[in-house]
Amino acid sequence: MSTDSSRVPSSADVVIIGAGIVGNSVAYHLAELGWRNIVLLDKGPLPDPGGSTGHASNFIFPVDHSKEITALTLESMRQYEKLGTITTCGGIEVARTEERIEELKRRLASSKAWGIPSELITPERVAQLVPFVDPSVILGGFWTPSAAVVDPLQTGALMREQASAHGALTVSANTEVTGISTERGRVTAIHTDKGDIATDRIVVACGVWSPRIARMAGARIPLTPAVHQMMDVGPIPELADTGTEIAYPIVRDMDALMYERQSGADLEIGSYAHRPILHEPDEIPSIEAAALSPTQLPFTQDDFDPQLEDALELFGSILNEPGAGVRHAINGLLSMTPDGAPILGESPEVGGLWSAAAVWIKEGPGVGRMMAEWMTTGTPEIDLHGADIARFYPHQRTTHHVVARANEGFNKIYGIVHPREQWASNRRQRLSPFHAREVEAGAVFFEVGGWERPHWYESNRPLVTEFGVPDRPHEWDGRWWSPITNAEHLAMRERAAMIDLTAFAQFDVSGPGALDYLQRMVMAQVDKAVGRLIYTPVLAPNGGFRSDLTIVRLGDEHFRVITGGADGARDAFWFRSHLPDDGSVAFADITSAVCTLGLWGPRARDILAATTPDDVSNEAFGFGTAKRIVIDGVPVLALRVSYVGDLGWELHAPFEHGQHLWDAIAAAGEPHGIVPAGIGVYGTTGRLEKGYRLMGAELDSEYNAVEAGLALPKVKSADFIGKEAYLAARESGPAATLCTLALGNTADHTSASGIARFPQGGEPILARDGERIVDRKGRSSYVTTAGAAPSLGTYLLMAYLPPEYAVEGERLVVEYMAEQYPVTVARVGRTPLFDPDDTRMKS
Amino acid sequence: MILAVLDDSPAALDMLAYTQSLGQQVEAVTFGAADTDDLAKRGVRAVHRIAHDELADCAPAASGEALSQLIEHLRPEGVVGVCSDAVTEAMAHVAAITGLPLATNCVEVSTGDPWLLTRVRGGGMLLEEAELHASPALLTIAQGVSGDIGAGPVESCEVREFTPELTEAAATTQQARIVERASRGSGMTLATAPVIVSGGRGVGSADGYRALEELAERLGGVVGCSRVATNNGWRPHSDQVGLTGTKVAPELYLACGISGATQHWVGCMDSKVIMAVNTDPEAPLVRRATYAVIGDIHEVLPAVIDELKARSEG
Amino acid sequence: MDVLVCVKRVPAPGAKVPLTDDATEIDTRYLGHTIGPHEECAVEEAVRIVKEHGGSATVLAVGPAEADEQLRYAIAMGADRGVLVDVGAAELDPQATASAIVHAVGDTRYDLVLFGTESADASHYQVGIRVARALGLPIVGGIKGVKFEDGAVQLRREVADGVEVYRVPLPTAAAVKEGLNLPRYPSMPGRLKAKKARIDVVPYEPEPGGLRKVRLRQPNDNREEAIVLGHGADAAPAVVDVFERIGVIS
Repeated sequence: MSTDSSRVPSSADVVIIGAGIVGNSVAYHLAELGWRNIVLLDKGPLPDPGGSTGHASNFIFPVDHSKEITALTLESMRQYEKLGTITTCGGIEVARTEERIEELKRRLASSKAWGIPSELITPERVAQLVPFVDPSVILGGFWTPSAAVVDPLQTGALMREQASAHGALTVSANTEVTGISTERGRVTAIHTDKGDIATDRIVVACGVWSPRIARMAGARIPLTPAVHQMMDVGPIPELADTGTEIAYPIVRDMDALMYERQSGADLEIGSYAHRPILHEPDEIPSIEAAALSPTQLPFTQDDFDPQLEDALELFGSILNEPGAGVRHAINGLLSMTPDGAPILGESPEVGGLWSAAAVWIKEGPGVGRMMAEWMTTGTPEIDLHGADIARFYPHQRTTHHVVARANEGFNKIYGIVHPREQWASNRRQRLSPFHAREVEAGAVFFEVGGWERPHWYESNRPLVTEFGVPDRPHEWDGRWWSPITNAEHLAMRERAAMIDLTAFAQFDVSGPGALDYLQRMVMAQVDKAVGRLIYTPVLAPNGGFRSDLTIVRLGDEHFRVITGGADGARDAFWFRSHLPDDGSVAFADITSAVCTLGLWGPRARDILAATTPDDVSNEAFGFGTAKRIVIDGVPVLALRVSYVGDLGWELHAPFEHGQHLWDAIAAAGEPHGIVPAGIGVYGTTGRLEKGYRLMGAELDSEYNAVEAGLALPKVKSADFIGKEAYLAARESGPAATLCTLALGNTADHTSASGIARFPQGGEPILARDGERIVDRKGRSSYVTTAGAAPSLGTYLLMAYLPPEYAVEGERLVVEYMAEQYPVTVARVGRTPLFDPDDTRMKS
Repeated sequence: MILAVLDDSPAALDMLAYTQSLGQQVEAVTFGAADTDDLAKRGVRAVHRIAHDELADCAPAASGEALSQLIEHLRPEGVVGVCSDAVTEAMAHVAAITGLPLATNCVEVSTGDPWLLTRVRGGGMLLEEAELHASPALLTIAQGVSGDIGAGPVESCEVREFTPELTEAAATTQQARIVERASRGSGMTLATAPVIVSGGRGVGSADGYRALEELAERLGGVVGCSRVATNNGWRPHSDQVGLTGTKVAPELYLACGISGATQHWVGCMDSKVIMAVNTDPEAPLVRRATYAVIGDIHEVLPAVIDELKARSEG
Repeated sequence: MDVLVCVKRVPAPGAKVPLTDDATEIDTRYLGHTIGPHEECAVEEAVRIVKEHGGSATVLAVGPAEADEQLRYAIAMGADRGVLVDVGAAELDPQATASAIVHAVGDTRYDLVLFGTESADASHYQVGIRVARALGLPIVGGIKGVKFEDGAVQLRREVADGVEVYRVPLPTAAAVKEGLNLPRYPSMPGRLKAKKARIDVVPYEPEPGGLRKVRLRQPNDNREEAIVLGHGADAAPAVVDVFERIGVIS
């Protein structure tokens, strides 16, 4: 290793830009996985190049509601532990409000789901653990004994050292990247002020500067530098007397959106309560021009002022200490993304350009390992679909979107965020052609991928009375939800419903190589008769799920791929990046050209028949087939398929015909009592009753097709991505099986305070004695989806269970808001609970 | 004619030389004794010696009062002072009394209407180009600025005594009187030591300075420090080198564990040789130094002391 | 004892000082601001004097409206109130600055008026003297010690060859230097107090003086890269070789 050579190597297998915690970890893990000729650059000096790693508060609270983030954090803690750079001091998240107490109960469920020992404690216990906290201003706390502080600079130094010991790594500090060359959409070289490096892989791990570096290659990493204010107050004798860096648990004052931790003789106070203060990556001062470091900007006192009183209230006994002063205060920069998640993976815009950005200290080492695995084997051990850089649609990569969402998201960092909570900013970007009609019908819109999708229609409120749908008595359970969804569901099951599915991402795949290409991409047999529909998992190289979607064979060499709006961008990248080089396959993203209207319910055929001269009888238009028909003059590709379990069609039409199509179906449906129904029915109630799996909920790369119950009777002879792992999974059988569980009667899920409660997803499924259930691969059982089954008169939960629990009739418990409710395994595997033989949709 | 206001520092002679290079006749002003032989060698034909019983114990205000009377009397086109505390303070009083502008810390001057000059701001962080619209032009020349002596030696330098009238009217501002005066003695100071062994954050504690003291003693120098050390209470402020401490110019400035913020740099940049010892090869002072050693001072200094011992014994 | 402290809002730059495009000002968009170290000592001294002798400490700044930040910082350190002479964003020459202070002080009488010996950014070394003259107050600069005695104050300063102590009857002015004391950090309760404190704003448009700034530039830094003598203890012989070569040891 050389740190002060004046030239960089002329070529490298991979160049990592940024020697913060992430870049160091990527370098180390690539070396561990056998990579050589790794170059790590930073424009700053070592060991602290001046990025966010150098000024972070360096503490780790392991519990997060997100499985992905928690897994990255736990993996990181293992690495810090191994390198001896972690100090376990424990941490307490304190509540000042009843609402926060409820949130802490929800955290308790998450901690149990992910296997992190934690408990709810009284204010008195908080004061025992941290004697200078005033217990009278808090209502309770959430105590995590494993919370810790780490030394990321030391960690990075050790990682560089070890990678260098393999002879794998050249480190070049004080080296500024001046450009990135690409050819035919792939990186070929990186240019620096110390020379050029020919390389076909670059990892951008430069935190707040990442957008600037990515832009050199013509790609976007949608994040913005945002200020997080921190100050050190001291010296405080009680803290100085401990003689150590940290002797007391870290306190997160969640309702004040602040944290306080000991740092030697000082109390370090950080805030997420101030106004969002966003910066431009290009305007971050240089190392020379910065008074402290480029990411430690001048403190703006006015922004912090309102937090002074909160801090004094909780920590008055030591902050009022005579002689204790504000010794250091900064506006530290961190990275904010549109959805708060990291930005990881290969850029869909430039081949070979990998992003490892927007990562907190608590996730850094874990992200490094996952990136290295991803780059080496194609699949990281931890499913990272929520952090995948390919998740962004083009409009979501714009500065406009990033700034809007960062402004809105900043105060959510310590906020109480409902799992269904919707963003308010930069909405109405993608509107289906039915939008005007939906607005007329009082649609309540939820967003997916920038699309506005009706979640339910207020005009259907009378149905609630008609069907006698009960409301949810607890405000939290009923937040971002309406009983209208259940009413729409029942109306669909009894009559018919029309559902806007325009948010689907759709790709046309054609050409002489199309069949072979798709065979290789997906698990199911694609070589079916023209006009057939193929539902299929798309596997990752490790045999886990990359996606699941529907393929329509439109011709011998022409296929349509239809996938969900949430994952459309990732899927588009996956398919594009695997196209053969020989030009034998044409790939077109036609999402913006097509609108889709679902029509389902026992009256669906009567309604459709009234609008079209084409024969839509079961004999002429069987289940699982596609036909081109004409509806009131509109050319439509009709697919006889259902995700809700009723007779009906997906009607795909040219976008501009959308409103005409809607009006035709609505008019024909009126005598039959058709209702518009929202995604609440499509995505939750209808789907759950049929046991259909959802990518991102039940399906992710940590579970295979056998476990998800989606293995097919026969394995096609054609090779496909993940086949080897799929065959192995068939051989070894499931370590856990996806099951559908049912809550009991109302009394069974009524809380101690007498209110019927409804789990919302993410909760742990426990054995009857309250013990965690963990399968032989170490994965715990948790609720992947929860929702009502109005036609079954029950409430369903989906969860993976190990074989010993995956037994129909098995009684288990779900923990929700610190209480446990009995549940019964209603179904093991994919056979639907509602209409198990599919007679309704196949009639 | 330009008046050059001298004191007894070597910098005063640099200032004199620079002032002479401005192309006008230069006469000298002193508040004390004047070495007329030397001044004659330097081409100065006249020196105005300001003398008054009151001046010795009065505040600088009195010197300013006296100097402004001399100026009134001689009506020079410019008055140029050396940039010492005492002369600058007297010049500031002249400016305040006369209502004239004063440009301090100049490094480049050209006479004319207006005078054009370049002055040092922030101890050397920035240079300011400015115009001085006034007559006479009042300015001080920064230390280290010199010039070729414009005038050849003259036969003799005439001493012209000037006795100001320190009137009652000026009494208010002269009420400040010296009641105690202590000489520094013969001990070496930061300003006079040929070697300064200076320590910063990297020293880590007050105890950590022992090695620096030992090395300073062996090299016949004194210990200095950065602002971090003063703020942490490791060293007294009188040891502080930098913009707000002492500006130094020794033969050797040995900077131990000092990263070298601008405020420190401007205090030591005039040193003949700067040697930096630091763990960070990219610390600003390491990059700007003449010599650098990369390493922990707690390892490097003992080794250097051992080496010195070995050589002196050998 | 009523004490007035004059402070200046100055940028807190890093190793390189960025300039505006027209090079007339420091580009402060990404810089913080502070009170210069000499003046911070002056504020500390005023706070200590008032604590010991009673009275009040007033801080005064001449500058843009944003100088409010520095006044509140001084109040957080313990000063009682602030006066902001709002002269707009452009930097004033020292004559104009002095006239702005004199204007703002008006007829108010202070027992002691404290300045920093020179500002941390412009280093003009004269504003305090100009103000003291205009107010008819004695002044001594470079002060590193302040001691009160019966109606007078002893002011100590270091000079080239030693130490001088002046006795000055009150009221008086003094220009102080860092080293006078070790300024405190503002406490959290102090910050809260400062947030609510009243700042009197005095608008003023002073006449420009005769020293006119044309532009700023960065000094040339022509030093060559350092010669690395070695790493760690192994470098000791090379270090001593240098000592010998430059003649600091025989």
